[in-house]
Amino acid sequence: MPLFGQASRSAASWSILFGLVGLLSVWWYVSEFGGAAFLQQLINGLQRGSIYALIALGFTMVYGIVKLINFAHGDIFMFGAYVACFAGAALLGSGHWVAFVGAIAIAMALTALLGVVIERVAYRPLRDRPRFSALTTAMGVSLLLENFFSLPPSTVPFPLNHLVFGPNYISFPALVEVEYYSFGAVYVTTMHILDFVLAIALMVLLHVFIKHTITGKAMRAVAFSMDGAKLMGINVDRTIAITFAVGSALGAASGLMYGMTYGILASPYFGIFPGLQAFIAAVLGGIGNIPGAVLGGFLMGASETFATSIDSNLAYMTSFVILIIVLLFRPSGLLGKLQREKV
Amino acid sequence: MAAGSLALTGVVLLYTTILFLHGNLGFPVGLLSDYYFQVLMLAGINIIVTIGLNLINGFAGQFSIGQAGFMAIGAYVTAMLATFVIPIGMFSLPTQIVAFIGIVLVAGCAAGLVGYLVGLPSLRLKGDYLAIATLAFGEVVRSVVRASDEISAAIAGLGLTTLAAHIEGIGGPRGFGGFPQLADLVIGPVRIPTLFTLIFTSVVLSVVLVRNLVYSSYGRAWLSVRSNELAAEIMGVNSTRAKVLAFILSGFLAGVGGGYFAFVIRFLHPDSFSFLKSIEYLIFLYAGGAASLSGSIVAPGALTILPEFLRVAGFDQWRLVVYPILLISIMLWRPSGLMGDREFRFLENRRGVRDAS
Repeated sequence: MPLFGQASRSAASWSILFGLVGLLSVWWYVSEFGGAAFLQQLINGLQRGSIYALIALGFTMVYGIVKLINFAHGDIFMFGAYVACFAGAALLGSGHWVAFVGAIAIAMALTALLGVVIERVAYRPLRDRPRFSALTTAMGVSLLLENFFSLPPSTVPFPLNHLVFGPNYISFPALVEVEYYSFGAVYVTTMHILDFVLAIALMVLLHVFIKHTITGKAMRAVAFSMDGAKLMGINVDRTIAITFAVGSALGAASGLMYGMTYGILASPYFGIFPGLQAFIAAVLGGIGNIPGAVLGGFLMGASETFATSIDSNLAYMTSFVILIIVLLFRPSGLLGKLQREKV
Repeated sequence: MAAGSLALTGVVLLYTTILFLHGNLGFPVGLLSDYYFQVLMLAGINIIVTIGLNLINGFAGQFSIGQAGFMAIGAYVTAMLATFVIPIGMFSLPTQIVAFIGIVLVAGCAAGLVGYLVGLPSLRLKGDYLAIATLAFGEVVRSVVRASDEISAAIAGLGLTTLAAHIEGIGGPRGFGGFPQLADLVIGPVRIPTLFTLIFTSVVLSVVLVRNLVYSSYGRAWLSVRSNELAAEIMGVNSTRAKVLAFILSGFLAGVGGGYFAFVIRFLHPDSFSFLKSIEYLIFLYAGGAASLSGSIVAPGALTILPEFLRVAGFDQWRLVVYPILLISIMLWRPSGLMGDREFRFLENRRGVRDAS
């Protein structure tokens, strides 16, 4: 099954073709803008890709296990970013690293809780219904999160007014001291390193969790066959809830990285665009496939930064053009298994 | 024919009532302000576009989430033609209406042609991959409109200055406004609002068209493709043709809806046709019930007007919060949408043959 599956063999021939096209673009970019600009954009792309990859993982895990495009995932990412922002600001007095670790722990825990609640209320009752039912509630949840959290606190009655984020931008507290390291014309900041290391660490943790724990095994089993898993005595509801929790927590970590990197949270609607990019990343890699989501995330991040450096209008279009081209040749994504029609 | 003539009477009554309430019939009723009149027109447009989407996502069982792209094409083609190519502001009334209808039809056909081009990959892509491809299509349309200045410059470089000027005129990220307005038809005390009448008629015509199609052999082909594509192929249904036809018609209806949208809103911006717009139509469709024509009338109508009621009822700030809560409640209460796959009496097949899916 696609979830957590290996790349199929025919992917190899296509990856050679795409690799050639990629090398050609790299050669063009270097000859046009110079090697230093290329390296700098590559580093920026890896940073943005780390953020996208973590969001895409949440998309792909949920899709892999319940075959639901969780339209609300971009907003879960947004929620995580805001929680991290408030928690970080509150803890900043007790030192940078305490604030950083505290913010990420609180954000991941609360966002995981939100993911579980959403699954329980809006998706689980519709699990045996036509797929579009849960899809529609997912859109509803997305709208609800965006519109509710952007209510101005003054218009909200007492207990809830501490909950909403308001429609205006807020700046993200500086949780770590950012230092610049320059290597000739290329510079690397603490944030570049932190984002990348954090993303890789979480991916390794996720890999260990899925491959080497009993719950991870249950997740793979449910993704493979929900009925089969039930017959084997696996608690399917619990396993799915854990999947939502893990996916949402990864989204929250990504939200914290986003906030720290760009320093500002525009409004509770800001999750839409990264959410969309991450969704494309998940599809690009083969939706439901975990290595695919990581690959797709880094590809999306890199293509976006490179395109922006050429022309800012180009950035938005590029991801979709790449997506269309890849889907034309590999209809199941880069690492997805090609489903042969049985006749 | 009883149900048919009853439905026709109902339609005429509804039309007259709306005009009466808006004060068009010579009586200064004014219960329906211009603002709510505009909301009604938007509801009509949403019905047309949702019915179009229902052809792909409901009846043919595919999954397209790029409807805003078709709408954008229809809206921009209509506005561009009516402003630059056939400036309808220069004509007197009867000619103006005919010209406008012609322009909207051309815009619909343009969107339908694009629907054909988008429908082709649906032969290769299935399910969610088709969805994401249509999403990409919608966003590419938006990006192309956004980049209209660059495109215009490129075309001017080729020497096609008139076309370049027209493309520059649609404004790209600056937005596009100031296109001519349709004059109302005034007969004595009665004032017939042209745009509303056209939209109302188009809603009725698209309902009739799609209803008859769904019960024709084309409709049965769609339903069979939805139930089991392989079995449909074995029974001799050309599934490719069926799916592409659904995309063409859906594109056409969305294009027509977009054309009206341009003239109701009177200002176009590429961001009006974002992914969120497509989502809106998916919500209308599934809240009404996939593969239910009645649902595609009830849900977009109700869900367009409902937020306005909430505004009146004092939920001004909370209206955008109550709306998704209502939507989630509807889906939890009726997981197959308000209408499921049932139809109103007057939309049912009188020969009593319902699909068995």
